[in-house]
Amino acid sequence: MSGWRRLQVKFRTAGLLTWTRVTQPHTGRGGCLTFCQSLSTGGPLRNDFFKDLEAQLAAMRKKAADALPGSSWSPFEFNPDLPPERADVVIVGGGVMGWSIAYWLKKKENKSAGMKVIVVERDPTYSQASTVLSAGGIRQQFSLPENIHLSLHSADFLRNINDHLGVVNEDPIDLQFNHSGYLFLASEAVAHIMEENYSTQRSAGAKVSLMSPTQVKERFPWINTENVALASYGLENEGWFDPWTLLNAFKRKAISMGVIQCCGEVTGFSDTTNVLMNRDGEEVHLKRIKSVKVQMPNSMEFQPVECAIVVNAAGAFSGKLAEMLGIGLGPKDSIAGLPVPVEPRKRYVYVVHCPNGPGLDTPFLIDYSGVYIRREGLGGNYITGVSPEETEEPDTSNLEVDHQFFEDKVWPKLANRAPVFENLKVTSAWAGFYDYNTFDQNGIIGNHPLITNMYFATGFSGHGLQHSPAVGRGVAELILDGEFQTLDLSDFSFRRILVQEPMLERNIV
Amino acid sequence: MFALCVHRCYQRSARLLVARRQKSSGPVSSPLLSRLLRFLTQHFYDVEMFLNWRSQQGRNRLQKKNVFYAYTHTLYGPDIASAHYILCLGGGFRFVGHSDWFRANKRGKFSWDFLNHKDTPLEEVDLSHTVTNYSGLFNLEHQHHLRTLKLQGCPEVDDWFLAKLHVLQDSLEELDISHCPLITTGGLATLKNLKRLKHLNVSSLPRLQNPGLVIILLEEMLPHCQIIADGYGHRLRPADKVCVEEERVQGQQQ
Repeated sequence: MSGWRRLQVKFRTAGLLTWTRVTQPHTGRGGCLTFCQSLSTGGPLRNDFFKDLEAQLAAMRKKAADALPGSSWSPFEFNPDLPPERADVVIVGGGVMGWSIAYWLKKKENKSAGMKVIVVERDPTYSQASTVLSAGGIRQQFSLPENIHLSLHSADFLRNINDHLGVVNEDPIDLQFNHSGYLFLASEAVAHIMEENYSTQRSAGAKVSLMSPTQVKERFPWINTENVALASYGLENEGWFDPWTLLNAFKRKAISMGVIQCCGEVTGFSDTTNVLMNRDGEEVHLKRIKSVKVQMPNSMEFQPVECAIVVNAAGAFSGKLAEMLGIGLGPKDSIAGLPVPVEPRKRYVYVVHCPNGPGLDTPFLIDYSGVYIRREGLGGNYITGVSPEETEEPDTSNLEVDHQFFEDKVWPKLANRAPVFENLKVTSAWAGFYDYNTFDQNGIIGNHPLITNMYFATGFSGHGLQHSPAVGRGVAELILDGEFQTLDLSDFSFRRILVQEPMLERNIV
Repeated sequence: MFALCVHRCYQRSARLLVARRQKSSGPVSSPLLSRLLRFLTQHFYDVEMFLNWRSQQGRNRLQKKNVFYAYTHTLYGPDIASAHYILCLGGGFRFVGHSDWFRANKRGKFSWDFLNHKDTPLEEVDLSHTVTNYSGLFNLEHQHHLRTLKLQGCPEVDDWFLAKLHVLQDSLEELDISHCPLITTGGLATLKNLKRLKHLNVSSLPRLQNPGLVIILLEEMLPHCQIIADGYGHRLRPADKVCVEEERVQGQQQ
């Protein structure tokens, strides 16, 4: 509008100027000529104005069309990183478990773009994620057949990883898998447990061999076999790999299949509650999640995402997430009063340099005292650590490393088991969180009895990375088919927590 | 890669089209090639689907070739099943106590004479330049007299295959895995499981990083095994020199 006014003023002044200029030589003549002249000089200007007007009108029309209902235009600027308003499945936690579930959901959907899957991850740099801070091992030497089968399936997945997670036109995935078996050492007191575990593992199909202390000494001369009664060594499908590569492979494939990645933190849920009566006349509050509130990083902005199903794969923080829905806050001796028994536990990993240490065939050694050590690269570097006692759990508010812990708890045991490690230098160290299941140190897979549409895949207490491919598949089957198809993981459900029947690993440690 | 190529070609053809339009003002029928390329870019997802389907077909074919010969196994026993598997892949073998080899010819044809030697285990197997892989190894699982295994230049032999070789741990004496493109350091560590290994050929493994160091570590790990490692160029020599010098110094001290 201001352009129009400006033009009008220009037009007038131009007319005035011509008038004065023309009237000076021809005074006394009629106004007709001067009028014509003024028109002729003003002509091109008026043309410019009409051209401009057309452009202005077009812009106005466009703006009006944009503001019509049904268009995406809005006077406020939107954050393009916000998650969509609606989704079918929201997976909370973008670690390897979350992405694996996303991949299997997309893999199992029978129609392309059949459902909208969102993975919400708080920290896209994964600086505190348990996935990338783990030691990256995979083993079959468990005592529960379910865990052995999970490991065997995952090993099979990792072997054919390029068939599963390869993307057309991208580089093949190199997991940097080191095939070195786990070597468990057992003392006299626990040797019988190891024998039982061995027979379970063999019958489940794992290739494990038992070794006597003499055989251990012969094969690994650097190990001190004092007080060792029996050892078991994994021949196949055991070793360690790069967790970051696996995480990225899952992520890349899932995104290529249409999974939406979202950076934000889940800070709340909105739900509806149905009140039912059970046989004893008690009220049971069944909740159903309507939407998930996703808060953007470093801002007050949030987006409620309406969804049908929520998957809790938040690892160490999944207990906290369940608490937002009131689980564990209800009256005691009721289902609502039972918290999800998953909490973060801090574990230290130390990188040590030992130039005279064992060479290429160093196993993933686990002593009955709890100390583990594995090779890292070829330059005489090793990774070691130990799980602290239940009474001495470190503070989990940060990820700082306690170096005194190495001096007091790790080194003496390590040097006792392998005297070659008496001379070593700690070159670096880090700490990571276990999603520790305080109830029975095993995974919780399945939905909560009081929340009808939240599925759990958490509490793996340190072997989540190695079980992620198989568990992801199981959860996807549970969501899409309603039951487990390939592996029966129903023993990992919430039921065992309700009836207080722990499913403990019979560890030799 | 393919999509990129298509994209580039399409850009080029579009540029050519523009240039031609500037010369003549009349309607231009674009050449067949550019029309084809334009068609392909408009059908990106179909092309992607096709490529996925083709790689799946390739995998299925590989899987079919390396399937476990269960039928032969039950009818003729494990030795004939192993022999049949090897000949079907185009390899060769020698029975225990025989001096002549059974081999498939260049066109993959072989004679069925080996059926006469039922229940004779295999002693030497040559699977060089075949597509044997991890699952094919299940066919050799029962060969407890297998002493020599040649896997030169096998494109599908990887670290998982080497880890699986523990099924032959009590018999295998000679192993040739030279020129295998998938083998890395992570798999070589499992060769320690082969208790009787006396000869090992690890020449020209393209994905082996720091081959000089790895081969020294291998020699350290397998002290009773003769290791051949050619084809790593000059990278081995400096390390060799250092070793020789060290030995010399030690000799002088003594």
